[in-house]
Amino acid sequence: MIGSRQEMLGRITAALDGAERAPAPGRRHGAVTSSPDVAALFVERVEDYRAVVERVAPAGVAAAVADALAGTGQVVVPPGLPRDWLAADGVDVVTDDGGLAADDLDRIDAVVTAAAVGVATTGTIVLDHGPDQGRRALSLVPDLHVCVVHESQLVGDVPESITRLRDAVVGGRPLTWISGPSATSDIELERVEGVHGPRRLHVLLVSDGDSTPRARA
Amino acid sequence: MSGTFIGMPAFPVAAREALDNAQQRRNLQHATQTIRDKRAAVVDEVDRWEELRVAGAAIKDHVLTHLDGYLVQLEESLTRAGATVHWARDAEEANRIVTALARETGTDEVVKVKSMTTQEIGLNEALEDAGIHAWETDLAELIVQLGRDRPSHILVPAIHRNRAEIREIFLREMGKVGTPAPEGLTSAPHELAESARRHLREKFLRAKVAISGANFAVAETGTLVVVESEGNGRMCLTLPETLISVVGIEKVLPTVADLDVFLKLLPRSSTGERMNPYTSTWTGVTPGDGPQQVHVVLLDNGRSDALADHVGRQALRCIRCSACLNVCPVYERVGGHAYGSVYPGPIGAVLNPQLRGTESPVDKSLPYASSLCGACFDVCPVRIEIPDLLVHLRTRVVDEKRGGLPSGEQLAMKGASWMFAEHTRWERAQRGAELGGRVLGKKDSIGRLPGPLSAWSDARDAPIPPGESFRTWWKRERGQG
Amino acid sequence: MRVALFATCFNDTMWPQTPKAVVTVLERLGVTVEFPLEQTCCGQMFTNTGYAREALPLVERFADVFGAYDAVVAPSGSCVGSIRHQHGTVARGCARPALAERAEAGARNVYELSELLVDVLGVTDVGATFPHRVTYHPTCHSLRMLRVADKPLRLLRAVRGIDLVELPGADQCCGFGGTFAMKNADTSVSMGSDKARHVRETEAEVLVAGDNSCLAHIGGLLHRQRAGVRVLHLAEVLASTERDFAADQELGAVASR
Repeated sequence: MIGSRQEMLGRITAALDGAERAPAPGRRHGAVTSSPDVAALFVERVEDYRAVVERVAPAGVAAAVADALAGTGQVVVPPGLPRDWLAADGVDVVTDDGGLAADDLDRIDAVVTAAAVGVATTGTIVLDHGPDQGRRALSLVPDLHVCVVHESQLVGDVPESITRLRDAVVGGRPLTWISGPSATSDIELERVEGVHGPRRLHVLLVSDGDSTPRARA
Repeated sequence: MSGTFIGMPAFPVAAREALDNAQQRRNLQHATQTIRDKRAAVVDEVDRWEELRVAGAAIKDHVLTHLDGYLVQLEESLTRAGATVHWARDAEEANRIVTALARETGTDEVVKVKSMTTQEIGLNEALEDAGIHAWETDLAELIVQLGRDRPSHILVPAIHRNRAEIREIFLREMGKVGTPAPEGLTSAPHELAESARRHLREKFLRAKVAISGANFAVAETGTLVVVESEGNGRMCLTLPETLISVVGIEKVLPTVADLDVFLKLLPRSSTGERMNPYTSTWTGVTPGDGPQQVHVVLLDNGRSDALADHVGRQALRCIRCSACLNVCPVYERVGGHAYGSVYPGPIGAVLNPQLRGTESPVDKSLPYASSLCGACFDVCPVRIEIPDLLVHLRTRVVDEKRGGLPSGEQLAMKGASWMFAEHTRWERAQRGAELGGRVLGKKDSIGRLPGPLSAWSDARDAPIPPGESFRTWWKRERGQG
Repeated sequence: MRVALFATCFNDTMWPQTPKAVVTVLERLGVTVEFPLEQTCCGQMFTNTGYAREALPLVERFADVFGAYDAVVAPSGSCVGSIRHQHGTVARGCARPALAERAEAGARNVYELSELLVDVLGVTDVGATFPHRVTYHPTCHSLRMLRVADKPLRLLRAVRGIDLVELPGADQCCGFGGTFAMKNADTSVSMGSDKARHVRETEAEVLVAGDNSCLAHIGGLLHRQRAGVRVLHLAEVLASTERDFAADQELGAVASR
């Protein structure tokens, strides 16, 4: 083992003997897409993936969550999810305490999480699996993922999102970037939504102000 | 090196066979055209795409020319994050390490995330030999595995199969290894995908060990990145207790910040999407979340040989997007199998002879499997000059053959070079052509030719030389220059 | 202006009417054309087949013969591509760094015909007349190595009487590729057949391109298929004038291959 390590590093050093060592490039890559209306772009791009996306006022989150969950059975939520998002009646909620096995999660229909960042240009939500998002399996095994994103969490494009997420990565947290429902194009390049991950993705984009009534886009 | 694809014939032989397969050609043409158009549309959306390509190439060149340092940094970061790092000089060593790690868990099966690197080393075969079933979980890989087939494309390994063929494979094979395909399964893609979901779900829920590759490995933090679409990757990376990732040493990126360039370049170049459905990043062990036993196998397997070639080195920039396959007129007609490797198409033609050497007939012939049209370079997100590399490798193949009994081609090339080196010799040769032209007279072309020239004339008429060359005309009309 | 003509070995022997047409067009524009008789071959076939050592004397010869000229023109995108893009590499690969620098400096003055006309001479209308239905194939090395872009099309659009129709899948390689046409003949013919089919779809009388090598390949297929489509180098279209047609000459007399 040690032998292999030494040998590989030795081969690499030998391979680079006399090579021109390319300098580290500067950090201004490509363009950061600036949209006059990041929220509108985000909605448009999430819809492109055939996910459901709605714009709601802060006071309307609980009702929107309840609507999104209509007709489903049990719902799992991470321990740090704001309780007032689940204030509506008729939702059978299990809070994850880390004890649910994969089999248990497979019997649960839906999950509600928050998000860390939303990327407008690509229509992506990013989870850094903090307390309001939970461990990775929660947002993977159940078939419906309802994800609540705040407008203040939106950025224009991928480079800005990396800037925001860097601390979480350096802190050792995993990230999950989600762009629409699970999909495949493996059969004749025809896109099919829904393979192994949640087949339905329902994004609720919460406006920053809290005085406006709940309005759907 | 790799356990697969041994004994492949030279490219032209395999190509001829593939060209005769009309069904496959139709499947390929449809698929490559579709994905080509999608890519073009989403690349056009990006302002200053060229700047991103340049940045991607620059980051990779920097990493590659500092690889010794970055690998040590990656190892330190991974270890600090609770992962165990292994070093594998070649396929055999990597397979031995992975097999031993899987055995230690007491399992007899593993689930696999689609990974080019583990295919390159023939890991599935090695695991099967050790009595461990390796279940491929990407839909296309599942189709290939169940059909006892070979992958023919980097991104869409079953691109050579159409829906009717896939339906047949599912109906025939799924029941033999797990949940069978439902009776009455049609060839509608959504039904086939649903069938794969049901077949694989029991395996995901049961698996104790998963094996992945990685698209990127960040030296700064020890973070690995897997880019995927179906969620099979997330299943493997999240549910099992043990995760073993086999990572080629060229996958290193210096910092987390470098992901900004590559997460823009890769999906648009690869699937033709603004972003792929799922990207997972993980840094060693996360307490209470996902696998608690995390292993990373750093693989050389010929990469340091490629690194030693100052021209060939740039092939290690490759991020396996497969854009070059989709635009290649040769790949589009011949498909992936003729390349005799899991890396087909233009990138395969330059990567395989570097990773495996130029001993075998297929590796010798791969640098010639291109008309040098240059379409591959134009779409490469990290600006690999594939046509230049092909020419470079052709020179290597020719130079390695020197010294022995000269072949007909070598004699012809040497003779022609000698002739062109002095214009008086060239003029003498030209007079022979003029004479031939006058003898053939009024005919406007030549039909079938004998011997080696029949390669030209089996399908194409050949032109007849004119009775007077330009040079003779110029001398006659304008005097001596 | 004084311009040296590099006819290319292929054109010199097989298609003399192409370099003749270059002379006609340039002299019509008031350019003095010289043809250094010491010229032979750019070495592209050797380089692209892997015979760099055999290409080396030709690289050196090219630098010797053409190095002193301010402008060199060749009616071949792929030969100019090889000179500009590969001569330095060949010399460097054969451990001749000084030659590499000399070859690269010289190559900066070497132009493909449409580049010389549009970029150097600043002309798009060269005073040609060609009353035929024409389609244009942009050869790969002109398109992607030299990046001549739409220069040949701008020249063709200015030709009087021409009926220029777009070629479907124009940017697709015809499959010639030098020795590729022999080493991978089946794939080459498959690519060429698709190109020939697209040409026939345009119902053009004449297929025009900037490389006689590609035209020999596509033309050889069209001829075998008795497609009735002629192939013609761009230079020859640009050299045609009303006089060529006034005498009710058949196109064949001009375009004979």
